[in-house]
Amino acid sequence: MTHRLKPSQYAILVTVMLTASVGDTLLSRGMAQIGPVDLHHLPLLFHALGNPYIISGIILLIGFFASYMTALSWADLTFVMPATAFGYVVVALLSRFWLHEHLSLYRWAGILLIVCAVGFVAGGPSRTEHPTHPDLDLMDSGAGR
Amino acid sequence: MSSIPIAASLLTPPAFREWTCILGVALLAISGECLIAAAMRRLGDLDQLRTSPGLRGYLGPIRAVLSSPLFLIGALCMALNFFALLFTLSIVDLSLAAPATASLTYIGNAVAAKTFLKENVDRRRWLAVLFVAVGVVLLAK
Repeated sequence: MTHRLKPSQYAILVTVMLTASVGDTLLSRGMAQIGPVDLHHLPLLFHALGNPYIISGIILLIGFFASYMTALSWADLTFVMPATAFGYVVVALLSRFWLHEHLSLYRWAGILLIVCAVGFVAGGPSRTEHPTHPDLDLMDSGAGR
Repeated sequence: MSSIPIAASLLTPPAFREWTCILGVALLAISGECLIAAAMRRLGDLDQLRTSPGLRGYLGPIRAVLSSPLFLIGALCMALNFFALLFTLSIVDLSLAAPATASLTYIGNAVAAKTFLKENVDRRRWLAVLFVAVGVVLLAK
């Protein structure tokens, strides 16, 4: 049986893609300003918590975790996984068109593969049905409408 | 990345330690994600758990998630995964560790989701997992 996703559920999946990639980018930008941290300079990590890039990165990653778990509450893990991988594509495209970095042919091939993967999975059902197990049916009853 | 240098480097002891670390990081991520997915599947659609329409309504889902033992063990695995990754990065180059752990996690997740979560991993999902695993390696080049 195929579940149709509601627009709000598509919005959650897009949030998963964007928050993970943009959050990671902000963290790496912030940590580049802080400089290398090793075991002897751990207090630097507390200093990092005052950096606006780090703060916004952490907020976005909390948002990512919340939306990721929401998605898992109505979709299969193997359905949500390619969506998280799409975040890598977002980062690559951001670095190409926003930071004007050069993308090699390998990277373009990687982007193409991940886009295809998302296409494969998005065309199928979002949730596995278990009609033979009444207790699992009960668990699924609130899912994916 | 060609497979022959990797296969050859697997035979030397330092590389064995590196790949043990990478495998450990991937295993922790797979256990964490599967436990959290199992917890969420058991809770059902979080929207249904909201107690009221406003922001306070989100207290219901948050309480339900935080009181799920499966979720707590899964979150512990994810935390251990984070520190294991930090440790791994101190002995393995980022350009190898990041794509290797990501690819292994995607493939392992699909196997674990089929075995333990009984998800219907059909041909199109296997193909997607394979494409993502190769795609992540290519993006890291």
